[in-house]
Amino acid sequence: MELLLQQTVNAIALGGTYALLALGLAVVFSIMGLINFAHGELMTIAGYVLMYCGLAGVPFAIAAALAIGAAMLAAVLMEMIAFRPVRNASGETMLVTSFAVSMVLQVLFQNFIAARSQPVLLPQLLSDSISLFGLVIGVNKIAAIVATIVMLAFLDWFMRKQKHGIAMRAAAEDFAVARLMGIRANTVISAAFALSGLLAGVAAVLWVSQRASVDPLMGFAPVLKAFIAAILGGLGSLRGAVAGGFVLGFIEIYLAAFLPSDMQEFREPIGLGIVVFIMLFRPNGLIPAASLKAEKV
Amino acid sequence: MEPLLKVSSLHVRYGAVQAVRGVDFEIREGEIVAFLGANGAGKSSTLNAIAGLVEAHAGTIEFAGRDITDLAPETLTPLGLALSPEGRRVFPALSVAENLLMGAYSVKDKTKVKDAWERVYSLFPILHDRKDQLAGTLSGGQQQMLAVGRALMSGPRLLLLDEPSLGLAPLIVEQVFELITILRDQKVTIALVEQNVAKSLEIADRGYILSGGQVVGAGAASDLMSEGGLEDTFLGA
Repeated sequence: MELLLQQTVNAIALGGTYALLALGLAVVFSIMGLINFAHGELMTIAGYVLMYCGLAGVPFAIAAALAIGAAMLAAVLMEMIAFRPVRNASGETMLVTSFAVSMVLQVLFQNFIAARSQPVLLPQLLSDSISLFGLVIGVNKIAAIVATIVMLAFLDWFMRKQKHGIAMRAAAEDFAVARLMGIRANTVISAAFALSGLLAGVAAVLWVSQRASVDPLMGFAPVLKAFIAAILGGLGSLRGAVAGGFVLGFIEIYLAAFLPSDMQEFREPIGLGIVVFIMLFRPNGLIPAASLKAEKV
Repeated sequence: MEPLLKVSSLHVRYGAVQAVRGVDFEIREGEIVAFLGANGAGKSSTLNAIAGLVEAHAGTIEFAGRDITDLAPETLTPLGLALSPEGRRVFPALSVAENLLMGAYSVKDKTKVKDAWERVYSLFPILHDRKDQLAGTLSGGQQQMLAVGRALMSGPRLLLLDEPSLGLAPLIVEQVFELITILRDQKVTIALVEQNVAKSLEIADRGYILSGGQVVGAGAASDLMSEGGLEDTFLGA
């Protein structure tokens, strides 16, 4: 029982990070139909900012804010430089563009920073643990859970209560009609990228806090997972992305904890098998996007 | 007096298909002008070109003395032009109130937005009753009211209505046309694209008949109504 609770805390922490990343992918996809595989490099950029700040002795709180800001700025620049010229092209063209952006950035990291994994100095506090309700929980896990809750609450408030958030939802449902309302295409797309950068930046701080290192390919694996989570939740659906992220986190952690040791090698395929199995019953994802539902009516 | 909208030799093209081939017309302040014609006559393409949703391949569009031919759709609402698009196209997962708020997106003054809300709610009390409901759950007639209400939120000088009665029950169609006359009494200039010829000519001041992407007839609504021969156009003869 205690093991189960302990692993549940781990699953919420990991699932929350996946949820933030999947949300970042979903925000952009819902508005311009682009699956941005360079989302992972936004994480890596934030990771390097943390590394340099650690070397320069910048306090962690400021370093984290700088890292998140860098990811947001990088996301907005990425859209302006790489995606704006292909905005009206097909989804496939944009997808390939995002692969190209991803690879260019990876090569730049390898050549101008370091090809190998670099240590990131973290405050001692993050690797401490505290006892809570009879469980021993790492401070970094608690930080991940709290950060996820804060981000999800912020995003929910922004999308429901703020005029610009409502405009983003409107643009996600019918971009042409949103423009008729006077909602500027460039503004809403830039805002979507800034938001996705914010989410990637927060996710990167959480990710690095668990690992204390950063390498040029750091962003690839978590974003691939986030992509699976976004599909599982229902591509383009924000609530779906969150649900998919948590479900994937739970699947991974529980399999790692409870699968017999001679089957651990097959953990990833078994996990993906479960995802495919769920999607057999929910082909449009756990919480499909509203525009999908509307098309069917 | 200078017309509010002046369209000269407008051409619209989708790939190799010529949807609109050299259309000329004008709309004066305070008028209701009906655009009639069969499916594919180029009526919706004309409205969409005015609203900036599709590109004008050739020709010019002037609104309130200003050339708006190549302007992006988002810049037209602040100028006083609003389109209620074909098929209603409300935002289904936004509430009724949020849909209306989006209609007033370009209005910065918050009291003006409030006034616009009040105005639309007094025109359509049902929308006020359902203001927190998702637009996708409204009936077709209510969605049409919402689409028109949303277009009115920006306080437009010219309202483009694309097939507002399409797919609605006869009783609701009556209501929609009644609404258009109420709007006229409130001094809104209206361009109306409709398949319902008789009803449109009843409320319109003037009409243009389109066929094959060209204007094939024009005149006062009463003349067009008595002229007959409209059926020929609609059968494509």
